[in-house]
Amino acid sequence: MFVLDIITSILLIAGVFFGLSGALGLFKFPDFFTRVHAASITDSIAAILIISGLLLQTSFDLNTAKLLFILAFLMITSPTASHALAKSARHGGLLTLAEVKDKQQEQKH
Amino acid sequence: MTELIDLVLLAMLALTALRIIFLKDLFAIVMLFGIYSFLSALIFINLDAVDVAFTEASVGAGISTVLMLGTLALTGRKEKKSSHTSILPLIVVCVTGAALIYGTLDMPPFGHPDNPIHQHVAPRYIEESPKEVGLPNMVTSVLASYRGFDTFGETVVVFAAAIGVLSLLGIRRRKEKKTPESGLEAHHVLHVVAKVIIPLVILFALYVQFHGDFGPGGGFQAGVIAAAGFILYALVFGLPKAFEVVSPKILKLMASFGVLLYASVGLYSMSKGGHFLDYNKLAADPLAGQHYGIIIIELGVGITVFAVMLSIFYAFDSQAERSNIK
Repeated sequence: MFVLDIITSILLIAGVFFGLSGALGLFKFPDFFTRVHAASITDSIAAILIISGLLLQTSFDLNTAKLLFILAFLMITSPTASHALAKSARHGGLLTLAEVKDKQQEQKH
Repeated sequence: MTELIDLVLLAMLALTALRIIFLKDLFAIVMLFGIYSFLSALIFINLDAVDVAFTEASVGAGISTVLMLGTLALTGRKEKKSSHTSILPLIVVCVTGAALIYGTLDMPPFGHPDNPIHQHVAPRYIEESPKEVGLPNMVTSVLASYRGFDTFGETVVVFAAAIGVLSLLGIRRRKEKKTPESGLEAHHVLHVVAKVIIPLVILFALYVQFHGDFGPGGGFQAGVIAAAGFILYALVFGLPKAFEVVSPKILKLMASFGVLLYASVGLYSMSKGGHFLDYNKLAADPLAGQHYGIIIIELGVGITVFAVMLSIFYAFDSQAERSNIK
């Protein structure tokens, strides 16, 4: 199945690209919230692309069903994890970059 | 290709271990321990040891991370500066390490086909276990039938751990209704998602429990996964509600029931005229007897592990909530 192989490699390469850019963002972004956003990319779109790439390589049997289960599980849990992280940070009193700037300007005046 | 993957994984393992030694922030260290467990699970998968990888991922990375975080909530997240000199411990470690490395010199070369393990032990299991035990998953046959004594010992060790933790910490029920202000109370998304996920987690635990004869899995992994589901419930909805679902008293009963179930299989086979844990005597057909025996003792292991993990979590978490109120 030549066409499927090509689609698989495109999906896998795209997934790896998003995974790498998420990792890069995790190190390079300036504050907690932007970093959570970068990390959540590896959880969501990268995982979805890689698993759908793998799906096309199965012979549509039990393994396909298992991969679909993993995909569904990831689509529910990883956005929740990112959301919970960000919300807990808000609850703990962490401010976004814009809010920090506003506060600094208020203190100057 | 496999060697390359192995090398990369081992290098990451070594890096993680070094980072753990030099970090002072205990919270980060606990997270690194989780990463360490996941990396070792990957190495086990690369070695085709799926059952071990499964256990490592669920116990090492899952439950023990949660339990260590529970401990951190009691103790604080910074490592204290030690006032001891580190020269004597360093010498002891070096001598012990040298002795261990010296000991490995006598071992047969790694992966060599002439090694004793490949001469009689492994071939015996591979050739005879389909006839003697008849399970597709040979790991389960070895673990539950050939090495039933060892597994019984492990289950008793897990039970003893629970006795130790509960007698040191104890599970405290708070009388007053007022709970400390928790950020999780307002987490509507978490509530909804947890309600969706928890039944699936428990279903998966049951699948792992009863499918252990045919694929990777078994009592240890299933117990840990089920406990993780209930721990998630306790974390999201609060400890008092979790106590209403599974009370600590029931957990104590379950922990001892699992061990007793395992032992009673052994005693029953003795009463039928066999040895302790001789499953052949459990039914008229020896193969059927093996199947019954393995299913029942795996159930015993699963119940004990589930109850022990959950009660250890209860013990740590109820202490943490109490110290938060002060």
